[in-house]
Amino acid sequence: MLLRVLVARRLGKRYGEKRALRGIDLELPRGGFLVVTGPNGSGKTTLLRICAGLAQPTDGTIERAAARSQVGYLGHEPLVYRELTALENLDLYGRLYRVPERRERIGMLLERFGLWDARHERVASYSRGMTQRLALCRVLLHDPELLVLDEPYSALDEAGAELLDDQLAELCGERTFLLSTHDSARVERLASGRLALAA
Amino acid sequence: MNYVRDVGALARKDLLLELRARDTLPAMLLFVAAVFVVFHFTLPGTPSRLETSGLLWVAILFTALLGLGRAFVPEREQRTLDGLVLAPCDRSAIWLAKSLATLAFLAAAEVVALPLYGLFFHRVGGATVAAVALADLGICGVGTFLGAMAVVTRARDLILPLLFLPLAIPIVVGAVGASVVDSPGRYLGFLALYDLLFAVICWASFEYVVAE
Repeated sequence: MLLRVLVARRLGKRYGEKRALRGIDLELPRGGFLVVTGPNGSGKTTLLRICAGLAQPTDGTIERAAARSQVGYLGHEPLVYRELTALENLDLYGRLYRVPERRERIGMLLERFGLWDARHERVASYSRGMTQRLALCRVLLHDPELLVLDEPYSALDEAGAELLDDQLAELCGERTFLLSTHDSARVERLASGRLALAA
Repeated sequence: MNYVRDVGALARKDLLLELRARDTLPAMLLFVAAVFVVFHFTLPGTPSRLETSGLLWVAILFTALLGLGRAFVPEREQRTLDGLVLAPCDRSAIWLAKSLATLAFLAAAEVVALPLYGLFFHRVGGATVAAVALADLGICGVGTFLGAMAVVTRARDLILPLLFLPLAIPIVVGAVGASVVDSPGRYLGFLALYDLLFAVICWASFEYVVAE
């Protein structure tokens, strides 16, 4: 387990009568990059939520070597407050995650994702792509060991997607990734493993 | 110390959200003012202190319910509870911060409500003010806890009052008692005990309320 960030055995999840996930085995070594693919309804989001610690499996076991503070999760929702500005949102999460040199780190991320000029605007006025960029800033803010990214390219335009490509390439090998996508070709060169879920 | 900082950051966020959206406090203010105006014109003659004391607590309780019903609305609508739950802070800090923010809104509503009550009915004494302060702590602590439980259900608007009002009965008993008797110490002590007991229960069990 020392070199593995995540180990799941026969993982399953039911919501009442509905089975969302069945018999998943996975091992994610430190520095690994596992790409999860599958059609809609195959359980990608459920799997990622369990791996991030947001949901509990109903069957099987999961061991996570990364503490809660070392997990960065990007879901279908950006998990930011629409009535707050980008700066206020990141400042809140920075405080909760006790990010050292918080202001510098926030400034650097906002610059990198092209949101610096809009940092004082409320998120409600952002486009979906800008909100997704802000969500990525939130995920990267505390420099997590394990990044769980559920379709991170959704809503990003080409420039935003290239920024994300660069960020993933920069962190690849240093951080551990569990990423779901419908466009696996985009992360093909970074992937160290693949998990295809069936509907 | 970190716990206090987390509570401060979360409560500041809730106050900021209300300052921007302004959809809780104005509703609470209007509601409590409207209740007193309506009762002023509907109650016959000059009602006794005992009768109007009950009215004061009904108004406070239902005004608080308005605020409590909206406490977790940003988290529900924007699904941000996942982000807070994933953060490495103690999850009870979310409850405490929400309770403090709701307490601030309720206290602001009462700054208007108590003088209005004095204007329309009877002067508000020191014992009533003390009862209001103690009752507010219990209302906001328990109500926020139940609000977090209710927010994930489909019938959340129904569930919150159904869960909250039975648990608020001891508050009403203590608060009305403190407002009308000559020696309110026993009732104020009862309210303080209620606050302490439920604060410990809510603080210790909030973790399980926000877990899946």
